[in-house]
Amino acid sequence: MSNEAAIIEDVHVKSATIHDAHGHQDHGHHEHHETFLSKYVFSMDHKMIAKQFLITGMVWAVLGGLMSVLFRLQLGYPDASFPWLESLLGKWAKGGQITPEAYYALVTTHGTVLVFFVLTAGLSGTFANFLIPLQIGARDMASPFLNMLSYWFFFIASIVMLSSMFVETGPFSGGWTAYPPLSALGDASPGSKTGMDLWIIAMSLFIVSSLLGGLNYIATILNMRTKGMSMTRLPLTIWALFFTAVLGVLSFPVLLSGMILLIFDRNFGTSFYLSDIFVNGVGALPNEGGSAILYQHLFWFLGHPEVYIILLPAMGMVSEIMSVSSRKPIFGYMAMLGSLFAIAALAFLVWAHHMFVTGLNPFLGSVFVLLTLLIAVPSAIKVFNWLTTLWRGNIRFTPGMLFAIGFVSLFISGGLTGIWLGNAALDIHLHDTYFVIAHFHIVMGVASMFGMFAGVYHWFPKMYGRFMNNTLGYIHFWVTMAGAYLIFWPMHYEGLAGMPRRYFDFSIWESFKQFGELNKFITIVSMIVFAAQILFLINFFYSIFKGRKVTTQNPWEANTLEWTTPIRPGHGNWPGEIPEVHRWAYDYGKDGKDFIQQTTPVGADESTH
Amino acid sequence: MSTEKKKAHPYKFILWVGLGSIIMLFAGLTSAYIVKKGQANWLDFELPVVFWYSTLVILLSSVTMQMALKKFKEREMGQYRGFITLTVILGLVFVVTQMMGFSALEANSIALTGPRSNSAGSFLLVIAGLHILHVLGGVIALAIIFLRAYSVKTKFYNALPVELASIYWHFVDILWIYLFVFLQFVG
Repeated sequence: MSNEAAIIEDVHVKSATIHDAHGHQDHGHHEHHETFLSKYVFSMDHKMIAKQFLITGMVWAVLGGLMSVLFRLQLGYPDASFPWLESLLGKWAKGGQITPEAYYALVTTHGTVLVFFVLTAGLSGTFANFLIPLQIGARDMASPFLNMLSYWFFFIASIVMLSSMFVETGPFSGGWTAYPPLSALGDASPGSKTGMDLWIIAMSLFIVSSLLGGLNYIATILNMRTKGMSMTRLPLTIWALFFTAVLGVLSFPVLLSGMILLIFDRNFGTSFYLSDIFVNGVGALPNEGGSAILYQHLFWFLGHPEVYIILLPAMGMVSEIMSVSSRKPIFGYMAMLGSLFAIAALAFLVWAHHMFVTGLNPFLGSVFVLLTLLIAVPSAIKVFNWLTTLWRGNIRFTPGMLFAIGFVSLFISGGLTGIWLGNAALDIHLHDTYFVIAHFHIVMGVASMFGMFAGVYHWFPKMYGRFMNNTLGYIHFWVTMAGAYLIFWPMHYEGLAGMPRRYFDFSIWESFKQFGELNKFITIVSMIVFAAQILFLINFFYSIFKGRKVTTQNPWEANTLEWTTPIRPGHGNWPGEIPEVHRWAYDYGKDGKDFIQQTTPVGADESTH
Repeated sequence: MSTEKKKAHPYKFILWVGLGSIIMLFAGLTSAYIVKKGQANWLDFELPVVFWYSTLVILLSSVTMQMALKKFKEREMGQYRGFITLTVILGLVFVVTQMMGFSALEANSIALTGPRSNSAGSFLLVIAGLHILHVLGGVIALAIIFLRAYSVKTKFYNALPVELASIYWHFVDILWIYLFVFLQFVG
C-alpha cells in the first residue's frame, strides 16, 4: 500500500470510529461502561448535550424573566413598598423599593441573559445539537468532543455571570450593549467595577462556546449527511440552523475583538474608546483620542446578526412543524431557502441602523435605511409561505403547532414596526423609546421564544420518549399569546409619545405620568405571563418522568429522519445502518398518501421532488 | 470509497471554518484600526526593524513545518522530529523578536499602554499580541504531536494531526504576513 493510500485508509478508519462508534448490530450498544458522569455530565452524545443546553437555558430564562418582573414592579408601582423585596434583594431594595442601581443592574442582566444565554445558547444550542445529527442522518456531530467543550464553556460562562450578581458592587448595570465609557471606566458606576469584569469574562467564555458549537454544526451539516441526503433534501430546520451557525462564526469574533479593546481600556490605560472624560470625584482622565462610536460599530456588527442568530432557528422549526401539522408540503421550499440566505446575507449589512442618532453621516444612514428595508422582502416571502402552507391544510392544533402559528402572528406584528424604525428620519423620534422595546421584544424576543416552545413541545417525545400534557400546553399558549400582546402593544403608544427606555421612574414626569395606570396594567400582565411559564416548567419536568409514554416511532406522522430512530435512541442514534434518503422532507398528501417518509424509495411511476 | 476519498475529513473542515472565524477576529481589528486612523489624534510611527526579522523567522518556520509533514509521510520519524523541533524553536524565536519590537517602541517613548499611550501603538500591541497568542497555540499543538511521536501506541502513522497542525501553522504565517503588510503600509 502506498503512503497516500495508507493515510486515506487511516483517515477512513478514524472517521469510521466516529460514525460507527456505537452503531454495530448489538442492541446493548449504549450500556457499555457508561457511568453517571459520562452519560449525564461529561456526555459526548449530541442528544444529551442538547438537553444540557435546554435545561441550563431554562434556568436562565426563569432568572431573566424574574428580573423583568422585578423591574416591572418598579415601573408599575413606583411609589409602593414591598417588604418582601428587601428580604429577596437585601440592600438592593432598601425599605422594600428597588434602588436605581439595582434597577439598572436588573435591566442589563435581563437583556444580556435573555439575548445570549437563553435565545442563543438555549435555542440554537439545544436544537442544533439535537436535530442536526438526527435529521441529516449522522451518528453524532463531526467532533463530539468539541461539542462537549462548547457546553462546558457555556456552563462556566453561566457560573461567572451568576457570580457577578453576588459581588458587593453588584452586576454590570450599563445596559446589555455595554457601551463605553460606562463599561470602560470602573469609576463610572458601582456596576462598572467588579461586575463589569465578570460580565466581560462571562461573555468571552460565551463567545468561545458559541464558536465551538458553530464550527461543529457547519462541519456536520456539510460533511456528515447520510447517503441520498442532498442539500436540497434537507429539512428547513437544518438550513436555518446552518445559516445561524454561519452568522455566529462570522460575527462573534468581531464582538470578541471589540471586547478585547474594551479590556485594554479598562485595565491597561489605553484610549481606544475614551477621550475627554471627566469623572465626578476623580477629575479629568488622561485618555485622549478614543472613540466611543468605534465600540458601537464593533458591537453592532455582531449585534445585528445576533438578532438573526436568535430568529432563524425559530423560523426553521416553525416551517417544519407547520408543514407536519398542516399535513401539507411547505409552500415554496426553494423560496424559503433563498429567503433564509437573503436574510443571512443582509444581516451583515444593516448594523448601522442601530446608530442613526450617533452622528452618523446622513448619506451613509440612507444607505443603511435602504438595506434595512430590503430585509422586508425575504421576511414577507417567508410570511406568505407560512400562510400558504396553512391554507386549506388539514391542521392539527397541537401545542407545538399553536406556538408555530403564534410565532407567525408575532413576526408580522413586530416586523411591521421594524419598517418604521428602519427609517433614519423616524428613528430620530423613536430611538431609545418604548416603541423600540415593543418592536424588538415582539419580533425577536417573544417570537423566538415561541419558536423555542414550539420546538420543545414538538420534539419532546423524541427527547424523552414521553408527551407533554396538552391541556397545560393549551393554557400555556393562550395565556402567553394574549399576554405578549397585552404587554407589548401598549408600549408602542408610550414610545410614540416619546417615553424613553431604561428610565427608573416616570411618575415625576409631566409628559409621561399619564401612563401610570397603563404601566401598572403591563406589570400585572407580565406577572400573569410569568406564572404561565412556571406552568410550562411544571409540565416539562413532570412529563419527563410521568408523561404519557410514546408508543409509536413516529407520533406526529412526520417524514424526517429523527422519527426513524428507536423511541429512545442510544448514542449513535440508529441501532443498525443509518437509513438512506430517497426524497425531500415534505411529501405530505402526495398521490393520496398522507405522508411518505424520506427513507421510502421513490416508486416507479412517482414523480420526484 | 472513491467519493469518500475526495471528501475532506470533518476535523479538517472544522479547522477551515475555524480559520474563517479567526480571520473575522482580525478583520474586525484591522477595520477598527482604519476607522481610528482616519480620526484625529493618531500617532504615526515606523515599525522597528526587528519586525522584519520576525517575519523572516515565521516564513522559515513554514518551510520547516512543510518538511516535517513530508518526512512524516515518508516515515522518516527521526527527521520528522527534528523538523518539528526546529519549527517549535522558530515559533518561539518569532514570539521573542516580536516582544523585542514592543520594547524597542517603548524605548523610543512610544507607549503601547498606559495614560501616555496613543491608540496607534495600542492597536499594534493588541493586533500583534493576539497573533502571538495564536502562534503560541500552534506551538502547543506541535508540542503535543511531537510528544505523541514518542508514544509507543502510535503504530499506524495517522497523518491527520500533523496535517491539521501544518494547515494551522501556515495559516498563522500568512496571517502575520497580512498583518505585517497592513501595519507597515496601511498603518
